[in-house]
Amino acid sequence: MNTITKPKASPTSNAQLWGKLGIVTLLWGLLYKLNRPTWDWLIYQVAGLSEETRLGSAVHFFLFDTTKIFLLLGGIVFAVTVVRSFVTIERTRALLGGRREGAGNVAAAGLGVVTPFCSCSAVPAFIGFVAAGVPLGVTLSFLIASPMVNEVAIVLIFGLFGFKITALYIGFGLLVAILGGFILGKLRLERWVEPFVFETKLRGKTVVPSSDMPWEDRFALGREEVATILKKVWPYVLVGIGIGAAIHGWAPEDFFARWAGSGNPLAVPIAVVVGVPLYSNAAGVMPLVEALAAKGVGMGTVLSFMMAVVALSLPEMILLRRVLKIQLLAIYVGVVGSGIIAVGYLFNAII
Amino acid sequence: MDIKILGTGCANCDSLEKATQAAVSELAIDAQFEKVTDPGEIASWGVMSTPALVVDDEVVLSGRVPSQDEVAALLADR
Repeated sequence: MNTITKPKASPTSNAQLWGKLGIVTLLWGLLYKLNRPTWDWLIYQVAGLSEETRLGSAVHFFLFDTTKIFLLLGGIVFAVTVVRSFVTIERTRALLGGRREGAGNVAAAGLGVVTPFCSCSAVPAFIGFVAAGVPLGVTLSFLIASPMVNEVAIVLIFGLFGFKITALYIGFGLLVAILGGFILGKLRLERWVEPFVFETKLRGKTVVPSSDMPWEDRFALGREEVATILKKVWPYVLVGIGIGAAIHGWAPEDFFARWAGSGNPLAVPIAVVVGVPLYSNAAGVMPLVEALAAKGVGMGTVLSFMMAVVALSLPEMILLRRVLKIQLLAIYVGVVGSGIIAVGYLFNAII
Repeated sequence: MDIKILGTGCANCDSLEKATQAAVSELAIDAQFEKVTDPGEIASWGVMSTPALVVDDEVVLSGRVPSQDEVAALLADR
C-alpha cells in the first residue's frame, strides 16, 4: 500500500469528504437495521413461507445472512483499510528490529494483527524480517498472528456472537502466536531455514511508504480494497452461507449436539483436521460457524474449526516451504495446530 | 525503459503486469518487461509486500494493484 508518487485528480475539500462518509455510514446503518424486518416480511408475508418449515427457515437464513455478511464485510474492510493505511509492514519491521525475544514476541503478535498483510507476501516478508535482523522466533510470532487473529473474523464474530467471545478469540489467538513464536525461537531452529534467507543482502534503501497521505487517498484505498475483497470472496461466502442454510434447515436438531457437542473430547481435534484442507477465508466460514453453533456444536469446537481453515492453509504452506525446510515447516504447523486445539478445549470448558 | 514486475505469482501480480503493459502501450514507450518471482530477489529489493513495480532499478510502487492511469502517471514522470 505504498505509493511514492500519487497522481491526483481533482482535490475534494475535507468537509465534503467527511460529509459523504457520514451519509454513506448512515445509509449503511439503515440497511443493516432493515435487513431482518425486510426479509421477515418478504419471505413470511409476501412469499407466504412459514418460519416453522425447513424451506422457510433455510431460505430466510440464506437471504438474511447473505445481506448481513456482505454489509458487514463492506463496512469492515473499508474501516480496516483506512486504519491500516497508517501502518505498513516496513514500519512494523523497523519497530521489531531491535527487539529481543519475549517482549519482541508480544510486539510481533500485536503488530501481526494490525499490519496490512496478504499471505502471498508471506515469503518476501519473512526474508525481509530475518535479513534485517529480526529474530526468527519474533518473525514467526508475526507470521502466526497475522492469519490467526484475522480482522474480518474479529468483526464478524463480534456481530454474530458478541463482545465476550470476540475478546476471548483475540486473547487466545495472540497467546498462541506469542507462545508459539517464543517456543520456536528457543528451539534455535535457524539451521532449518533455507540458507539463502540469511545470505540475502538488502540492497539500497527500503521503499519508504508515504505516511502523509491525504484522507481522500486513504478513503480511495478503502473503496478499492472493498471491491477487491468482495470480488475475491463472494463465491466462498455464498457457498458457506448455502451450506449454513442447509444445516440450519435440514440437519436434525440433536445431530451435531450429540456428535460434536462440548461433551465429546474428540470433537476439537476432528474439527481441526477437517478444517486444514478446506481453503476458504474468514468471511466464507463464518456462516458455517454460525449455523453449527446454533445447532449445539461447542463454541470452542466451532472456533477451532474456523481458526484451522483460516490460519493453516495448504497454499500458504507451499509458499513457506521456499524459505523453511520441511522440518521447521512441520514444527510450525504442529505448534499452530496444537495451539488451535488448546484454544478449542479452553473455550469449550469455559463457555 | 526497464520494467520489472516483482511478485511470487499470485493473481495480483498478473493484474499489475496487465495494467503496466496497457499503460506502456498507451504511452507508446519502448520498454522491456521482466517478471521477478524469486522470493530472495524480491526481498533484496527491499520489497515486503507484493506485487511491486520496479522501473529502471527503482521501486516505484509496492503492495497493491494500481489502475492503468496510475501506472501511466508513474511512467510518464520518468
